[in-house]
Amino acid sequence: MLIGKVIKYGDNVDTDVIIPARYLNTSNPLELAKHCMEDIDASFIERVEKGDVMVAGRNFGCGSSREHAPIAIKASGISCIIAVSFARIFYRNAINIGLPILECEDAARAIEEGQQVEVDLANGRIVNRTTGESYKAAPFPEFMQELIKAEGLINYVKKGRAQG
Amino acid sequence: MGMTMTQKILAQHAGLKEVKPGQLIQADLDMVLGNDITAPVAVEEFNKIGWDSVFHKEKIAIVPDHFTPNKDIKSAEQCKTIREFARKHEIKHYFEIGQMGIEHALLPEKGLVVPGDLVIGADSHTCTYGALGAFSTGIGSTDMAAGMATGKAWFKVPEAIKFELTGTLGEWVSGKDVILHIIGKIGVEGALYKSMEFTGEGLKALSIDDRFAMANMAIEAGAKNGIFDVDEVTLQYVKEHSTKPYTVYQADEDAVYSEVYPIDLSQIKPTVAFPHLPENTRTIDEVGDVAIDQVVIGSCTNGRIEDMRIAAKILEGKQVHPHVRTIIFPATQKIYLQAMEEGLLKIFVEAGAVVSTPTCGPCLGGHMGILAKGERAVATTNRNFVGRMGHPESEVYLASPAIAAASAITGKISSPKEVIGC
Ligand code: SF4
Repeated sequence: MLIGKVIKYGDNVDTDVIIPARYLNTSNPLELAKHCMEDIDASFIERVEKGDVMVAGRNFGCGSSREHAPIAIKASGISCIIAVSFARIFYRNAINIGLPILECEDAARAIEEGQQVEVDLANGRIVNRTTGESYKAAPFPEFMQELIKAEGLINYVKKGRAQG
Repeated sequence: MGMTMTQKILAQHAGLKEVKPGQLIQADLDMVLGNDITAPVAVEEFNKIGWDSVFHKEKIAIVPDHFTPNKDIKSAEQCKTIREFARKHEIKHYFEIGQMGIEHALLPEKGLVVPGDLVIGADSHTCTYGALGAFSTGIGSTDMAAGMATGKAWFKVPEAIKFELTGTLGEWVSGKDVILHIIGKIGVEGALYKSMEFTGEGLKALSIDDRFAMANMAIEAGAKNGIFDVDEVTLQYVKEHSTKPYTVYQADEDAVYSEVYPIDLSQIKPTVAFPHLPENTRTIDEVGDVAIDQVVIGSCTNGRIEDMRIAAKILEGKQVHPHVRTIIFPATQKIYLQAMEEGLLKIFVEAGAVVSTPTCGPCLGGHMGILAKGERAVATTNRNFVGRMGHPESEVYLASPAIAAASAITGKISSPKEVIGC
């Protein structure tokens, strides 16, 4: 169970604002995290606390394939992202590196900045502790659940299961 | 149920007779690509897997093109990581400075992608090769690492949107205008998780460079891939560049599409995407007065020889506006050389533009042309997000090489007609 306060953004949050290209001359997660979101929200990195939940609108993570984007978000302390929809490469990358993300339009629209939420990844249940409302995100397909269980693609491949 | 082009390529590479939208498959890869930003992360992940060899030395391409020639010590270190990896694993298609070009112009030019291939690349514009009737899509570094180790990747079979092209392009209208028009129409998530399949008799009007520019920007509509029907134009290009065997896939007659858009090419006008999304399009006559500080002509979208020729045609015998820094970067060494032999570079320099060695540089705000606060650029690149080319309060306007070159002369976003006077 993940519990954290919400940091909220709008639609089309792109990878260039999640982590601007000028910082991509490193892949060190902690260094990347220092600049996470800075072009749209300079105070993000000061506000974010370990376990916080990011909530956003449509097409989150659109743009480049830089895995540095989910890496920076994860390293900043965010435990999970809930959005109306995710851009497909970001979606893939997040799953592959083990950053939980949930698509749930009702939750993403209703939950507000600063509220406390509780996320149960196993069944996709999201509870807004501040308002008491609860939501259900679509569960992951079985294959992705396996990836998440293996804590990402690398471990999955390591175990040799992707060879078949 | 009939299959789309993309579905057929995926089915074949997964060893299946049929696939359906939504199905998760494991498919064999014909090429795995990475660059100097994404490959270092992939190398780290690859080493974690602990396998001592890559799946195939000739099916991996590594192109240091983003921060190269190395802009600082950190980028030099990143390039060193991938250079050493390439040497250790004897990766055949590692392209050092001097051979290097922008990856998505380079791979087709080197004959590394042919129709029917399945390609993944740790760069979102890997979708460019759809111009050749291949399935190609951007993935992240972890996928690249797993792909280099196993030669396989997982995919969710996408639905497709069909674009049925008719008519021919008007004067000063190019593939770039067509794709900007389409993105303006369907939006930046208009094709989310889907394929964009381009077909119809209008294809005849599109050169291979037009098609590369269009497939390149499929990702800007959120698409998984963009793909073109293979015709004589494609086969001619393949013949000139590759000896690899290829397979031509055609959609089944009864293939199912989530949407079908008829596009009459003759109705498309030169188009500009305003900040900060590629969907904020306006036709050139709706632009108004937008003064600019910089023009960038190049990138994996529009840094090909045809783009250079169009820019030169407009700049020939003219001077760029004194307030406009004009930076032209041919996408590969071959294009650079060809532009030199055709006298295009001379035209650029005489017009007061600078010509750069192939690099991604300014396109992603990396180096070689960063914008200051409040500055505006017209660029033939593919993204105009906040801070894409520099300061978060700078602006990027996306356009064709024709509009970019004309704007360089007038100092504001302009139609080529204003400077050529026809
Ligand atoms: S030219 Fe621009 S869009 Fe193309 S690969 Fe380089 S950075 Fe990416």
